[in-house]
Parts: sequence; C-alpha cells; structure tokens
Amino acid sequence: MSSRPLDRADCAPVLRQRGQREVFCGLTGIIWLHRKLQDAFFLVVGSRTCAHLLQSAAGVMIFAEPRFGTAIIEERDLAGMADAQEELDRVVIELLTRRGDIRQLFLVGSCPSEVIKLDLAKAASRLDRRHGGVRVLSYSGSGIETSFTEGEDACLAALVPEMPSNAGEQLLVVGTLPDIVEDQFTRLFAALGIAPVRWLPARRAADLPGVGAGTRYLLAQPFLGETARALEDRGAVRIDALFPFGAEGSTDWFLAAARAFGVDELRARGVLAPHRERAKRALERGAARLGGKTIFFLPDSQLEVPLARFLATELGMIPIEVGTPYLHRRHLARELALLPESAQLSEGQDVERQLDRVRAARPDLTVCGLGLANPLEAEGLTTKWAIELVFSPIHGFDQAGDLAELFARPLRRREVLRV
Amino acid sequence: MQLTVWTYEGPPHVGAMRIATAMEGVHYVLHAPQGDTYADLLFTMIERSRRRPPVTYTTFQARDLGKDTAELFQQAARDAHARFAPQAMIVGSSCTAELIQDDPAGLAAALDLPCPVIPLELPSYSRKENWGAGETFYQIVRHLADKDVTPPPREGRRPRANLLGPTALGFRHRDDVTEVTKLLDAMGIDVHLVAPRGATPADIATIGAADFNILLYPEIGDTAARWLERGFGQKTVRTVPIGEGATRDFIAEVAALAGVDPAPALPSNLPWWSRSVDSTYLTGKRVFIFGDATHAIAAARVARDELGFEVVGLGCYNREFAREIKAAARSHGLAPLITDDYLAVERAIQEAQPELVLGTQMERHIAKRLRIPCAVISAPVHVQDFPARYSPQMGFEGANVLFDSWVHPLVMGLEEHLLTMFRDDFEFSDDAGASHLGAHAAAPAAPEPDPAPCDATHWAPEAEQELRKIPFFVRGKARRNTEAFAAERGIARITLDTLYEAKAHHAR
Repeated sequence: MSSRPLDRADCAPVLRQRGQREVFCGLTGIIWLHRKLQDAFFLVVGSRTCAHLLQSAAGVMIFAEPRFGTAIIEERDLAGMADAQEELDRVVIELLTRRGDIRQLFLVGSCPSEVIKLDLAKAASRLDRRHGGVRVLSYSGSGIETSFTEGEDACLAALVPEMPSNAGEQLLVVGTLPDIVEDQFTRLFAALGIAPVRWLPARRAADLPGVGAGTRYLLAQPFLGETARALEDRGAVRIDALFPFGAEGSTDWFLAAARAFGVDELRARGVLAPHRERAKRALERGAARLGGKTIFFLPDSQLEVPLARFLATELGMIPIEVGTPYLHRRHLARELALLPESAQLSEGQDVERQLDRVRAARPDLTVCGLGLANPLEAEGLTTKWAIELVFSPIHGFDQAGDLAELFARPLRRREVLRV
Repeated sequence: MQLTVWTYEGPPHVGAMRIATAMEGVHYVLHAPQGDTYADLLFTMIERSRRRPPVTYTTFQARDLGKDTAELFQQAARDAHARFAPQAMIVGSSCTAELIQDDPAGLAAALDLPCPVIPLELPSYSRKENWGAGETFYQIVRHLADKDVTPPPREGRRPRANLLGPTALGFRHRDDVTEVTKLLDAMGIDVHLVAPRGATPADIATIGAADFNILLYPEIGDTAARWLERGFGQKTVRTVPIGEGATRDFIAEVAALAGVDPAPALPSNLPWWSRSVDSTYLTGKRVFIFGDATHAIAAARVARDELGFEVVGLGCYNREFAREIKAAARSHGLAPLITDDYLAVERAIQEAQPELVLGTQMERHIAKRLRIPCAVISAPVHVQDFPARYSPQMGFEGANVLFDSWVHPLVMGLEEHLLTMFRDDFEFSDDAGASHLGAHAAAPAAPEPDPAPCDATHWAPEAEQELRKIPFFVRGKARRNTEAFAAERGIARITLDTLYEAKAHHAR
C-alpha cells in the first residue's frame, strides 16, 4: 500500500506504511493493569473474540480468581440500545454481588461496543451513582482506537479526572511498574531527598494521588500521551528525561527529577553513582555478547525507541529499523536524538512489506510478536518476543542486566544448540 | 449479555482459521479490526507452527470507519492474492466487521480474482469456534468438490476412504490420522484424502473418488459428510475409534462397509494392562468427564467398560451435540451437564466429589484447585498437549496412551496401599504432598477443598483428628457424608462413633 517518507524536524525521516498491522489491541493492557490495581475489576463489554483474546494473552493467570471478565454481547443485545444498557446494569450487579471486595470497576470499550455506539461513559456514571463505595469508570481498549500499551494510557487517562485537587509540591511517577521496581525507586527518591513521591496508578483505589499546579510528573513509560495531556490539563508539569532503561537512561531519569526538585547536582550524582556503577557492571556480559549485533524492531508497545537507544548506546548494538505503532515525538525527542543515524524509524505497519525488509536485512536479532516469532525462527532468523518486555521488570538500575539478558538469551541459545 | 471469564470456544472465525491453516494452498482474507491478529499466536505458539496462518486481516481502525473499509477489504484481498497466489480463497468477517455490514462476498466477487473465492457467513454473536470450523469445511467442500469425480470400478484395487475432520489446533489430530491410516492399511484399505488437514483445493476436487468417508471428528466434519452422503452417495463411518471397544466396533463397521476381512487389524495391549492385578485398585474410582461431546462420550465408555471406573458426571460445552451427550449420559444413569460456563462445571465437580477428572485445560485447573487428579481428554488445551512424542487418542495405540495418561495422575495401587498403611509416617503425611508431586512438594496455595463445617453440627476433637487421617482426596467426601448422616439423625456432636456409623451407612 502507500508509503511515504516524511521529514522530521528532529532527525531522520520516518517510514509510514499502511496495511495489515500485526499488533494486540488495548484490551491486552488489562493483563498487567489488574495485577497492579489490586482492588479493581476490568469488565470488557465486547464479543467472544475479546474474551478469547484475554484468555489467550492471560495464559494460566485466568484461574487465580482474576479481576477481569467480559460481558459478551449476544444477538438480542444488538436489537436495541436501551436493552443493552439494562443488560449491562444486570451484569454489573451480578458481578459486584459476587465480588464484594471490588472498589473500582472499569467498563472497557471494545470494537463491537464502539461500532454499535454503546455509551459506556453514560453507563459508568449511572452505575457510579448507583453503587456507592465502588468507583465506576470507562475507557476504550478497542483495536480500532488503541494498540497494546495504549490500553494502559486510556485507563490512566480515565483516572486523572478522579484525582483529588492538590496544589502542593509533589513528584508523580506515571506508568505501571512492577512492585519490586516501584519499591526500588521509592528508596532512591528518598535517598535523593525528593518528597513526597506519588504513583499513578496506585495499588489501591483509596491511594489515588492528588494533582495540581505543584505537581511535577515523570513518565516511566513512553506510551502515555493521553495521560500526560490529561495531567497537564490539571496543571501538572512534565519533567523531560530519558526513559529509565539501562545505567544511562536511569541516571538521566533520576537526575532530571533531582534538578526539578532543586537537589544539588553533585549530591544527586553522588547518590546515584554506586547504582550506576553496579548497573554498568551488570551490563558488561551483555555488551560482550551483543556489541556489534544488528537488531530489527517490529512495532508492538512503543517501548521500541527507548529500548533501541539503550541497546545502541550502552551495549553497542546496531538498530536497523525501529518500528513503533505510534511515535510520540515530544516525549521521545531526547531518545530519538541519541539513536544512531543509520537506524530507520517506522511508524505503523504493513506487515508483509516489513517482513520483506527483515528478510532482506537478515538482522542478528528481530524483536516481534508471538504470531511472527516461530515462523521467523523457522526461516533461520533469531527472534526476541516483544510481549515479555512489557511483563518483565526491566526499568531502573538493578534491572539493567536482566534487560540486556532478555536480548542476549536467544542469541546464546542459538549458539549452544547442536540440533 | 453473558458474564464470562473463560470461554471453552473462540469465535467462529477462529474455527475458519483452523480450516485454512490446516489446508495447503488456501488463503483467508478476514475483514477484522486491528488487534484480531492475536489469533495467529494460537497456531504459532500452542501448536508451534513453523508458518504463519494463511490469513490476511484488513485490520481497520477507527479512522477507516464510514469511509473506506470496503476499499480496504478489496485492497487486502488483491494484495493477498498477488503475494500468496492461492489455489482458492475464503473471505469473511469477524465479529466487528459483521456489525459494519461491508459485504466481503460481494466485494470479493467484484474483484473477479483468478481463483475460486468462497464466501463465509459466520454469525459471531450466536455461534462459536467448532461451528465456524464445520461450516467453513462444508463450504469449501461444497464449492470445490467436482461432481463428476466418482470412484473407479472396484475390481483389482483396494477400497479407499476419505478421513474427514482433522484440523489445525485439533487435540491430537496429527497422530490420530497416522494411527487410523495404519489401522486401515492393515485391513487393506487406502486413504484417498485426509481433509481439511494437509489437503489442497485440488485434492478437495477429487473427494468423490473415495468409496466412503470416515468421520473422525463430528464437530468439524459432520455437515460436510452429510452433504457428501446426499450428493455423492458416499456412506459415512460414524464410530469414533477412541478406546479399545470403540476401535473394535470401528474396525467391524469399516470392514463391513469396505467388504474386507477385519482380522488383520493390529492386536491390542490394553486388555492385559487393565486386567493386571495392579489395576485392581482402579475398580469403582469415581470419575467426572467433561469436554467436547465426541471426546467426552468416548472417554465415558473407556472409563466404565475398559478401566472399571464409575462415571459420576458427564458433560460437554458444545450445545450442537446435546442430543448425543444426553443419550450417552442416560446410558450411564446420569443427568448430562451441557454448559459453556466453567463455574457451572466447577460446581458440578465439587458436588460429585470425584477421584479423577477427565476434561479440558479448564478442568485441569479446577481439579488442581480442588486437589483432585486430572487428565486432559479434549480441546481446549494448552501447549503441553501438542506434544513432540507420538500420542494419538484413536486406535489401539491410542488406547495405550489413554491408559497411561489417565492412570498416571492417580496414586498407583501399591503406593496407595502404602499410603494407607503408613499414613502417620512423616513421609506420607499430607504436608509431604502426593509422592508423584515430589517428596516434599509444597501444599498448593489453593484453599482447602473441604466444605466448611456446617453450623448445625459440631465435631469432637478426636473425630476431627480421625478425619484428618483419611487421605486428602477422599476426605471431603467423608466429611460431607458424615455431616449429612448426623444431620439426618439430629446428632449434634460428631464423635468417633458417629464417624464410623456414617462410614458403615454409606458403604456400598
């Protein structure tokens, strides 16, 4: 289909193609969001396909009394709108009766619910009034509106209007991080003397942070465009930084926060130095294995640009193409400036033509989804499946070595196998 | 609307993908929103396919709606044909595209592609995966079968049969085909065509050249088989050869239809394993069976007639085969459980207190939670049930596989004897876990399956202690029986005597 290189103000041209996109929809975000929001339930209003997607992505997690489910639209729901709203109320009552521990309920829009224009925002505000003690919100995780991690963006953006007003000075860290990483970061911010530090999302509904003119926020994830916009509408100011991947990315991220909170630069560097050194030591093995190797990113999570930056600047890898489902130029400006000029940036996808480019380039490592990984391995290419990068702890100093290992392991495996 | 956490079946277009992926030379153009490509990973990860499913998705987004989704579909179909040059294409809509009412059939016809294009109508809001697979296979056969192809005269040649039903993502379909082919070969019968698995559109055209059809998986092949009976006069073998007895019935049915001697069919091991004294402890084991109707019905027969179990529950999730499961349940003296709600299945299992569960991936997890041994007999299954090793369910080798895989999760006879003798020994205590889980396997975090003591009854400490000496997998039943016994007689305090009175009362 059509392709046109566009000039970018910051650096190299971006390749934009339109065609089949081999990506998850935003519903998939529920899989990690529900682990973080410990008293929330995610109710998708959609089709059997949506339920099937969730169980395929959730694997075995589905059996630990998961806090997500699907209200499957049936033929009779398609007959009339009023009926569908009543049905939704019935399902929500059934659900909340069964799960008395739920404090937040997200009605998650899907492709079918959006195409039939089922008004979930209206349903959410009606149900919110009816069920005191349970906050009911809605957002879209549909494939037509969101890809993969954009589901988290939509969810957090829906939480922002609920945040109480708070004009006091505070640091807000935005984006779901594994608890272990959040705890490490909490200790580091304390050591830097930055306080108070609040988190979005919070683990429990009652801990939802406030927001206001004194709030400065750090993005922990690159896919939070809508959430950032919503926070800025409420007076919060973004702290520009690299994303906290690797020794350098993490140093830059914490230093930016320190500067914003008036921490003495020398003191801040002193606090961070041992962590930075430890991270660099952990990266040595990865650098030896990955240095000089070429890598090709297919679009998946929007983590591609900062990860390519980390792999290029800290491990010496050579990015051939860095594909992303959506390129948020402002949040990624500093990351893009650090990418090697030889790296082709691409936004969106025509998967067949992109695979032609992969085959022509024969990269040492291809980062792609699970639908493509085994078929590419069968063609003799080494792959790293991308979804693991979203589920594993990879942020911060003490995960830098693990992050490098995620990319090194498939190459090492290829070396050790004698079959 | 239906509140769902787990679904036994995907949407019908996933069924269509299973047919397209099973075949060679077919390409599926699916009008679907961005994100529906998730279904690819069922094939590339669970079945570990080396190839992407032959499916092109239009992956429309919100900005495409209302203006050019129809054009997007045509472009995708044109590109797919140019790139993959299939012998035939199938076209259709996923659930969302069904709502936007583009017409893939008409749009594809307007392209006038130089290959057969088969349109699919798969109602996503009322039907499911198996139905979608069956309908797709039927449409392919109906469009591509050449009515002029008939079997050559029988003189001087072996009889030949089509094997209908095996697909991609089918539970043990790969090895079942091999096993049934061997069985037929031993009787001097050739397999003319296996379909859809491995067949091309050109192969489907010759489907009429076989003398008869063998329907391996009714869920997939029944509609096509009935059409072939009507249009081509091909008779259908309907016995599904899962289990020793069913395999013998299958051989007899095939031999009669083909006019061959059934005797040379391979000899079987199963009767001896089942009769050996170590199997005595299997007698009367209470087994709960759930899955697709075909596998559940076959499993129930094997369980009762070939392993000597007592079937205490039988059900299926595919309503299309409700009649068959009802008849089978009747023959076991049971009420059938026909549901696609896994919570209903969980309740039924809890109610029946079985000693073994035979089911799908979901029952495996339910059984794990309830600490009941379990074996998998039916899709949906996870990656470990697409094994590297040869493991058919059908034929005599299939009977061997069933014996091993069902008996394995049970504590073996000698072990069970030792467990009872030495149950107070530290090595055999509950905390050590079952021996097949490793000597010191941690007790699962799952809640204790024993029902909470009823308010109306009260357990004396020595009775409670005695109850704890009963092996964990039957303790729940013992507690329930005792409490029921006490309640019926208005006994307020359960003593050691009450426990053993109840035991004697419930002994059969």
